Amino acid sequence: MAKGLVKKTFIAPLGKDNPVFVQILGICSTLAVTNKLENTVVMTLGVMFTTALSSFTISIFRKLIPARIRMMVETLIIATFVIIVDIVLKAYMPDIWKQLGPYVGLIITNCIIMGRAEAFALNNKPGLSLIDGLASGLGYAYVLLIIAFFRELLGTGTLWGVQILGSWWTNWSIMIMPPGAFFMLAIFIWVVKEVFIKEESK
Amino acid sequence: MNEALYPIAVFFAAIFTNNILLTNYLGMCSFLSVSREIKTSVGLGIAVTFVMATTTILNWMVYNYILMPFGLEYLRFIVFIIVIAAFVQIVEMIIERVSETLYAALGIFLPLITVNCAILGVSLFMVIREYSLITSFFFGLGSGLGWFLAILAMAGIRQKLARAKVPPGLEGAGITLIIAGMMALAFMGFSGMINIA
Repeated sequence: MAKGLVKKTFIAPLGKDNPVFVQILGICSTLAVTNKLENTVVMTLGVMFTTALSSFTISIFRKLIPARIRMMVETLIIATFVIIVDIVLKAYMPDIWKQLGPYVGLIITNCIIMGRAEAFALNNKPGLSLIDGLASGLGYAYVLLIIAFFRELLGTGTLWGVQILGSWWTNWSIMIMPPGAFFMLAIFIWVVKEVFIKEESK
Repeated sequence: MNEALYPIAVFFAAIFTNNILLTNYLGMCSFLSVSREIKTSVGLGIAVTFVMATTTILNWMVYNYILMPFGLEYLRFIVFIIVIAAFVQIVEMIIERVSETLYAALGIFLPLITVNCAILGVSLFMVIREYSLITSFFFGLGSGLGWFLAILAMAGIRQKLARAKVPPGLEGAGITLIIAGMMALAFMGFSGMINIA
């Protein structure tokens, strides 16, 4: 039974239970950090690290956390991991750290992490919670990478800072500005719902 | 720019040119889920504005008088979130005791606010931009009002939208994001009105 359960736990957040386009969680950072592929990769790694380890830690202590103050305890555990991410980024990638600005700290209030803690880690064993956290982080990461890919390519004609489209390309500056972020995410959700989720329900 | 006018400029910039929701994407979760009706979004808007303005001051004091002198800046995430959660809890208890009607109107929104990333975001922006106490207050107040304005406008549009025919794939979050994008475009019209570093 264990193997099937592990597989199911891992697959669900990538598809039909995806935190971003099905549950519509963690939208703030989805929009904010996707204007450059490089920033997005760093941010998603930070989120994956935090979701996986905070789910793991909360699951270890799940029987000790008093129900009344569990949100507070969860927030503190999450914040601890976010501080680790913040310090590591500041030390090794100061440029990206500066560009991400407050969004690193805002991983704390990313609803995906709290959502996984509440919905999964409080009722499941540490090992399984770790996998669930990691998979949710992955489900979040690949959506952001797809959005960032299109936004950077159409907005500046570059990918990872390298010029891809030639001089014939007129940059769609709107893509790297706030309205472009909203439109891009909306289109992504639309396409996914029309194409994939409809097929599944048939 | 005139020193005395700087906080005022920050205040208006936070509402229009640098709207916390439409340019910094903060507070999206509750923006998407609570913007269905004007009445509820007014309640949430008032609560957010109040909590944002007050917690910005509290966090400024904690950061500058406690964390900075002891070199504990890296603890700011934990400390800010505790201050916000504690403050929201206290306000909830006070409102419950003082006014039944106010509690009925705002009570349900207060727990939502602790996890509203706009509140924490404003405190973090304040630290990064090194605002003074007065400027921070106006920044918090302006950001709250800006968020209020955005969610109110969205709720108004969505109430009309209930009668419109939306492609099935776009229903709910999709169409809301597209409208938010158009609102962001409209707000870009304000850019250049106020220039703050």
